[in-house]
Parts: sequence; C-alpha cells; structure tokens
Amino acid sequence: MKKPYIYFFAFFLFTFCSSKEEEIYTPVPYSLKIPALFADKLIAPIIPADNPLTEEGVALGKKLFFDKKLSGDNTQACASCHSPKKAFTDQQQFSAGVQGEFGARNTMPLFNLAWNFEERFAWDGKEFGLEQQALEPVSNPIEMHANWNLVVQKLQESTEYPTLFLRAFGTSEIDAKLVTKAIAQFERTLISGNSKFDKYLLGETSLTQEEQNGFNVFMDEAKGDCFHCHGSNNNPLWTDNAFHNNGLDGTFQDLGFGAVTGDPNDNGKFKSPSIRNLAFTAPYMHDGRFATLEEVINHYSEGLQKSSTIDPLMKRVNEGGVHLSSQDKSDLKAFLLSLTDREFINNPNFQE
Amino acid sequence: MRKKYCLLILTFMLLTRCSEKKECCVQPEQSTVTLNFTHHWNELQITPQDFNEIKFTNENGEQLSIEKLRYLISNISLLDAKNHHLIDVGENAGTSITIPELTDESYTLSFRFGFSNEDNTDGTYQDLNSASFSVPEMLGGGYHFMQFDGKYIDNNNEASGFNYHTIRAVDRTDSDNLKFEDTSFEINLGTIVVANTTEIEIKMNLAEWFKNPNTWNLNELNTVLMPNFEAQKMMRENGETVFSLGVVN
Repeated sequence: MKKPYIYFFAFFLFTFCSSKEEEIYTPVPYSLKIPALFADKLIAPIIPADNPLTEEGVALGKKLFFDKKLSGDNTQACASCHSPKKAFTDQQQFSAGVQGEFGARNTMPLFNLAWNFEERFAWDGKEFGLEQQALEPVSNPIEMHANWNLVVQKLQESTEYPTLFLRAFGTSEIDAKLVTKAIAQFERTLISGNSKFDKYLLGETSLTQEEQNGFNVFMDEAKGDCFHCHGSNNNPLWTDNAFHNNGLDGTFQDLGFGAVTGDPNDNGKFKSPSIRNLAFTAPYMHDGRFATLEEVINHYSEGLQKSSTIDPLMKRVNEGGVHLSSQDKSDLKAFLLSLTDREFINNPNFQE
Repeated sequence: MRKKYCLLILTFMLLTRCSEKKECCVQPEQSTVTLNFTHHWNELQITPQDFNEIKFTNENGEQLSIEKLRYLISNISLLDAKNHHLIDVGENAGTSITIPELTDESYTLSFRFGFSNEDNTDGTYQDLNSASFSVPEMLGGGYHFMQFDGKYIDNNNEASGFNYHTIRAVDRTDSDNLKFEDTSFEINLGTIVVANTTEIEIKMNLAEWFKNPNTWNLNELNTVLMPNFEAQKMMRENGETVFSLGVVN
C-alpha cells in the first residue's frame, strides 16, 4: 500500500522542481574591459560582492540610465544631465531639474568610477558607494524630483522591466535598491583610457613639443605641481579622488566636504576631478565658475585665494600662485587636451 | 558481534593515530606580532585629531601644523619576503601591521624608511601608484618616502604651507646626467623576543625631522624640496633619530 504514495510524492516533487527550474535564470558574468595601463598600474577596481557585474545587470542599468520614467514627470533621465557625448556632463554651469530649478554644483563627469577606491562620490563626497549615489538625484526635489515608490510602480507596471529584473537579479519584484544596483553596474563599465596620452605611454604615438613641455609643467613641483592631486603617468586615473581646498575663495558660501564631515578643517574642500576629457566637460570647478581651461590655469597661476583650509600644496599663495609663463600655460593646456578620449564619448555601448 | 569487533578496531586505530601524532609532530610555538606605529611631537602623542591646528613648535622656533602625513617603510625584518607598507596617519590607515605565525624566538627588528635604490623602481607598485605616491620621472621616478604637509607661521606672521616631501635625492645640475643619492635608511630597533601575542610600538617623533643634526628653517626650506638635492640629504640625516622602540608587550 505504501508504494503508490511514494510514486505520487516523487511525481509531485518532479513537477515542482521542473517548474522552479524554468524560473531560475543565471545571469552571465560581465567581463570589464580594463585598459592595459590601468591593469598594469592600478589595483583592482571596486566591484561590491553583493552587486557583481553581469551582462543582464549592465544592460538593465543602461536602459534605466536613459529612461525618463525615473523622474517625477517623465521628462528627465540620468542621461539628461550626464550625456555620453559630453563625457557624461551637460556642459552647463548648473543643471535645471524637472521643475526648472537649478542646483549649486556643476554636473560631474562619469568615468573610471570603479577606481574610486575610497568610494566617496559627488563633489563633496556625501555619497558612499555608487549604488547609494544613484539613489539621491531621483528623489532630489531640484533634480529629478520623483517619489521612489512611484518610480518603482511605473517600472513594475511596464511590459519590459519585470522580466529584465528577473534575468538580472532573479526577481521580478522591483525595488529602488535593485534599480540603483543596475545603474551602478552600468556606470562601472564607463571606462575612459584611450586618449592620445595613453597611446603615448603605450609607445603607440609621440607627443608634440608643446604637449611634452606641458606634461613637464604638470609634473614639476616648482611649476604646475599638479601631479600631487591629479595623478601622473603612473596613476592613469588623473585624480587622487580626494578632497582639497584649491584656493578658489577666501571665504566659503559652499562648505563642500566640510558640510559632510562636520569638521571646519574640511570647509571649502571639494573632490579633485579627473583631468581626462576636459575638452568635453566645461565649465570647470565644483560650481562651474570657469568657462575655459585658460581660466582654470590662470587661477592656479595667479588667482589663488588664501583661507585657513587652503591646501599646503598651493604654492606662493600670497602672490596668487607660481606665475607660469605664457608659454608654459599654453603648453599645459596642450598636455591637458592630450587626455581627450574620443573613443570613450563615441563608444556605442554607452549611447542610448 | 561483528559490529563490536569493528568498533574496537576503529577505536584502537584512532587512539594509535592520535598518540603517533603527539610524538611525531611537535610544532614550535608560534605567535602573532603586531607592529603599532605611533606618532609624537616629543612627549605628546599625536592622533588625527591633532591635525590642522598650528600647535607645534619646531627646534627653530617656528609654529606649525600637520595636515597630511604619509610615509613608506619597506623590508620589515620580521617578514620573509620583500615588503613595503604605506602609513597614512591622517586617515589612520596602515598604522598597525600584523605578522601572523611567527615562531617564538628572538629577532632583530629592523625596517627601511622609504625604498632602497634597488626597490625604488618606477611605476611597479600598484598600491603606491593608486595612492598617487609616485615621483616624477624628471626627478628619477620611483616613489615618495614621505609626504608631510602642513602650515607654519612665517616671518611675516602669516600661515604658509610647507611640503616636507622626502624622496631619493637627485642632483639635476646636469639635466642630461642626473646623479642620485640613496636617501632611504635602515632603522634597527634592536632585539625583540617573540612569545605569545606580542605588541610592539614603533614611535616616530616628528619633531626630530626639524631638529637633529640639522635645525630646520621653514622660512627657507618649505616647499619645492623634492628637486632640492641638499635638502633631501639633510632630511635623510634628520630622519636617523626619528624612530624609536616604544612599549613591547
């Protein structure tokens, strides 16, 4: 009498398992294309253990990055301010949110974010981790001004997204955490490492005399002394991703890093941006006050403002700076522009 | 009956195996050693909370602050292979180095401040490249040994920046023929006995960088010291007395 029950149980188990099997989809690991110089010179990029890159996750993140459903009135996507053709900036001093309001910070470019080893993001370092960073603009009233619950509802009700989330994360139940995980995955693939200067370092091209002299100005402690904060041939990120007061103001309207840490010694400090792709990311500084590279160079050369938190690396502050010659300024600009990566801004994987 | 025999045999085998292990495999005792780098201005211990305030006075009578302090040590004698460590005092990073599974016995504790010429190869250490600790090629490349930045009250009674950066000294009198002098140096802190878990304090007295044997005048030597051949040699001389052995327990 026992046997029929066993058969029945086995049949039940089999059908249950097979239906479960259909639901489980294992996403394909994404192979990050790391430039040779990065692989040679830098430690490994930061990929959180709870958000490994997958083909499905990156593709979903890209779709979300360009989707205006993430804004309150469906008029703005992340890409509205972070345009791929502009190295993921919008070339505006300040960006208008969905209601036409402007913030007080310049849009930061997006590339090589996986190599931000301290994982402090934004000009003032207020966001820890890329996933966390992606949460904020969506709900910020002067940016995308959306309610995350409503954003999730819109995505959940779409015909495409539930399946895409199922394939990327094993669940079709969408939430804000998974949305930001997907966006962060996409952002980690935004790698810029193929400028003329990269090719020069790889022995594939040579620099002009102006570019070479400009690089020397950049690396010379007595001249530009830019390398202490902005990387070098041995740090192809061209930033230390740290926070400095670079002498923009004598008094501070915007406390920057200091408002985040609560330490007055951090007042007036902002993240050193990478000097890659400056050709696409004007205007410059955290508040976009400088329209041109000439203005930036003039600031460091003659325009330094003294304050209690100015970085000791700023030299001859009482004289406004080190007073570079016109030739050195011009050559420094030529070098900076040699870090322009057109392959990056035209990469089809990063376009809508 | 058969089960009982099996159990007996198994028990016998287990017992003999255990006793054999006891006789054959006596391992020397091993301990974990932790090197704790502490930082001082003479008798005052410094923490990151002491940074950014002009509160120290150097041998030359100049008041100064510490804003950044990172330095490199290499080839700690308690580790077998070549090794290097970047210590960032402001970020409280790298100040403790744990060495596991060290056999209990006496050791000479030594390490090198910076890199020897042999180890100071340009661009080869990914952790140091990532930390932006490189030295420009025009100065011979390689790596900083120390970045000690702060502000001092200058002769005009104003706060000015200083960058006490130490590197391998380079004489650039003839730019086509750079001459180098190895300004890294070994610090020998004597013999220590390792038993059980040992905590070893290694003290850096920052005041010594400005004191002995060269009284440092910050009004004259404050920034752009990396290409200054003579300044680098003086910094190396002053560095000799910077480190000392602290509490061992």
